[in-house]
Amino acid sequence: MSERYRTGDRVRTSTVDPDHHTRLPHYARGRRGTVIGHDGVHPLADLSAQGIQQPQQVYLVRFAARELFGHGDHSVTLSLWEDYLSDE
Amino acid sequence: MSDDHDDSPIAARVRELEAMLEEKGLLDPRELDQVLEAFAHRASPANGFRVAARAWVDPAFRARLLENANEALPELGLSMGGGLQVQRLHVVENTEDVHNVIVCTLCSCYPLSLLGPSPTWYKSTAYRSKVVSHPREVLEQFGLTLPETTRIDVWDANAESRYMVLPRRPEGTEDLSEAELAAKVTRNGLIGTAAV
Repeated sequence: MSERYRTGDRVRTSTVDPDHHTRLPHYARGRRGTVIGHDGVHPLADLSAQGIQQPQQVYLVRFAARELFGHGDHSVTLSLWEDYLSDE
Repeated sequence: MSDDHDDSPIAARVRELEAMLEEKGLLDPRELDQVLEAFAHRASPANGFRVAARAWVDPAFRARLLENANEALPELGLSMGGGLQVQRLHVVENTEDVHNVIVCTLCSCYPLSLLGPSPTWYKSTAYRSKVVSHPREVLEQFGLTLPETTRIDVWDANAESRYMVLPRRPEGTEDLSEAELAAKVTRNGLIGTAAV
């Protein structure tokens, strides 16, 4: 499984609001974060909910609260499939 | 679509599938109940308490736990499988500078085999929505006031991984045995909504 991102890379999450199941929460759409690690290879949830198994790299991506909510000094870390991410 | 991965449609499908398998004689319902009961019996917060206590007394175990929790758990006879699908576990460590707290904003993902069934508040919309945006205020509602200098890291178990917090070892416990330390750990301490 090829890995597009490495620890330390800056990424941006997708802005797409799909009409199917997804594991990219609303609050983290279209936001910039930093890859802090790899989180295994798992079937992309959006497709497995439709009966299609397409394993893909998952990344641990950390966001500053200010980037997500416009306030706060904490961080939020999510597990995000490669399809949810693009270069910053 | 909605921000939930509501499991009710899948629960209905599972029930239908179960009924069909039973009808065809492929599944003995008692067998399924036995597996589920055995899993529920083993799934207890006492497991998480033991993990934290061991990490406090054994620095090498602590290092292995933080590096790869799934590989460290069998040293205590534990796993993230319990006969069901094995889940990846991340143990995140509280320090003087960083406090960790876990949530699943999409539903209620939780390290069941280490912490037992999740508390009702963990599944509430109030906790799930507010702890990601206002963790300091939420922790204060739990009676935990952190110094301004302590950074808060929130971990959203939105996908396949599960999280457990390794709390800071309480002060003045140098003389306690591992079992006595385990008795000091709390479920909320392992979620990050309390200190130990």
